[in-house]
Amino acid sequence: MEILVCVKQVPDMESKFNIDTSGTWYDETDLAYRMNEYDEFAVEQAVLVKEKLRGDTSVADTSVTVLSIGPERVKDVIKKALSMGCDRGVHIKDEQYQARDPMENASIIASFAKDKGFDLIFTGLQSQDRGSAQTGIIVARVLEMRCVTTVVGFELENDVITAKRELDGGLKAGFRTRTPAVITCQMGLNKPRYPTLPNIIKAKKKELTTIEADTMATAERMVETDALFHPEKKGAGLVLEGEINDQADKLISILREKTGVIK
Amino acid sequence: MKALIVGEYRNGETLECTYELIAFAKKLGAETAMFMVGGQDDPPKYDGKLYMADSAKYGEVNPDVHTKLLLDVAHQENPDYVILSHSSYGWDLAPRISFDLKAGQVSEVVDIDDGSFVLPAFNGKLHRKVTSKTGITVVTVQSGSLNMTEQPSGTPEMTLVGGEDIETGMEFTGYEEVESAGADLTKADVIVSAGRGIGKQDNISVIQELADAIGGELAATRPVVDAGWTDHSRQVGTSGQTVSPKLYVACGISGAIQHLAGMKKSEFIVAINTDIDAPIGEVADVFVVADIKQFAPALSAKLKRA
Ligand SMILES: Cc1cc2nc3c(=O)[nH]c(=O)nc-3n(C[C@H](O)[C@H](O)[C@H](O)COP(=O)(O)OP(=O)(O)OC[C@H]3O[C@@H](n4cnc5c(N)ncnc54)[C@H](O)[C@@H]3O)c2cc1C
Repeated sequence: MEILVCVKQVPDMESKFNIDTSGTWYDETDLAYRMNEYDEFAVEQAVLVKEKLRGDTSVADTSVTVLSIGPERVKDVIKKALSMGCDRGVHIKDEQYQARDPMENASIIASFAKDKGFDLIFTGLQSQDRGSAQTGIIVARVLEMRCVTTVVGFELENDVITAKRELDGGLKAGFRTRTPAVITCQMGLNKPRYPTLPNIIKAKKKELTTIEADTMATAERMVETDALFHPEKKGAGLVLEGEINDQADKLISILREKTGVIK
Repeated sequence: MKALIVGEYRNGETLECTYELIAFAKKLGAETAMFMVGGQDDPPKYDGKLYMADSAKYGEVNPDVHTKLLLDVAHQENPDYVILSHSSYGWDLAPRISFDLKAGQVSEVVDIDDGSFVLPAFNGKLHRKVTSKTGITVVTVQSGSLNMTEQPSGTPEMTLVGGEDIETGMEFTGYEEVESAGADLTKADVIVSAGRGIGKQDNISVIQELADAIGGELAATRPVVDAGWTDHSRQVGTSGQTVSPKLYVACGISGAIQHLAGMKKSEFIVAINTDIDAPIGEVADVFVVADIKQFAPALSAKLKRA
């Protein structure tokens, strides 16, 4: 069985963001980067499937490929996925990453995947930076694969997938479908493992190929970013800074004055 | 300008977000028609053309089938915009149809600005303004981002669509409701809520202690619940409970849209966070810039002494 996992590298959301001179991106200097949170569930699920099928002689060897699009630095998240148990990495080197829309990214993924016969493609539900929640679904459309989104439960039995899709307010919908399929993973699907030191070392020896995005068939850009900016703070409240005991005293007197809950 | 609105229907009822979409289309200045897979005996309150497919036949949430039905109507109506809610139903369906319609898609719209759309980015810390360059644009709208002033009213001019069987590779096997056992946060006057900023499971006790000192219930964000630090019945947000206590204390919570939706109607909100740019600041009455691991014990001690 062939599995593909698509991961994205995003800045640490606790960073201080400064908009750069283009006005459509942020200053990347000194920022820390991580794997998009939702993608960790995708990587874990792919590795869980592989572990479950290991030893099942009725299926050919299972192999998990992890792919990421972006500049040189995104190799770090590919390496993390390799140390979580993926078998090989593909870096699609792209210098236009700041401007790409979901359709372009999906077309790049699809042009990589189209002749590889993937049975399963796992992606995150959405990315933490743009949050469009489109890419995985479009990949499925381009490759004419079935697609279940927002998945919080996943079982595979031969080629039959039993998936739980999260709806709103905690309601879930059960679906049964078959491979080949794209699964977009929601938080809580599983418990993503931490890479152990031996696995980090092992991962260094795994194959990591780079492909230039320019050489791949890409869809035309349909959505353009005009500006990235800090939202206006609406009814901004009182900010308490300083020493902890002073802050606590001030807060208690405000709560006494403004709410009826503290005597 | 013409917009096709995609209404939502679940467990036999038209969902409230359907009416938000009508208001959104109005704000865009578009004439509207509506598509819905729902119950024909119980259509939404709407003055306009409604293309209704029968949910008893096609199911309420089957993406393949709904995609086909919606595409047929979109080809017929030829709208400039197709408008869906940024809900589990909408974000699933929208990319499926935008691909076929060769339409640019803008997701999670919170505002309209002179033909451009404003979307949250970076977990809500930043906003992004985007323009679609295609003839048709598919839009998903963040629920609660528009002030709805008008009560829904009207009777639609209904056209039934579908009828034939539609092939699907996906079989819906049923709904699974949330277990309702556990804490009922909706009745609490005070809620002290733990986010991932508390650092580790052991620190739940520090937050519980603060809740005890103020006389409130413990609550949490989704990652805290998913990690098993406390139970699901204590989760606040779109996939948990919606609360409006007299006082909500957010401890190490960033304020993602899905969390805010569950608590922003609280009467008084205190946020304790090390990051002054955290979006929880948009709803907080008081924002304490501090490390929760130090601040919570200090506050508990003073409250107990008082
Ligand atoms: C479909 C869907 C449904 C969802 N439903 C829900 C839901 O019902 N409820 C929900 O909560 N989320 C929900 N989410 C998840 C949501 O998007 C956020 O990921 C989540 O709310 C973030 O939780 P958090 O604030 O605890 O963590 P984070 O976003 O990681 O924030 C942690 C915060 O703690 C601060 N911090 C760090 N260290 C300290 C310290 N020492 N002292 C003080 N502050 C510190 C940081 O500055 C940061 O602001 C949903 C997401 C999706 C896609």
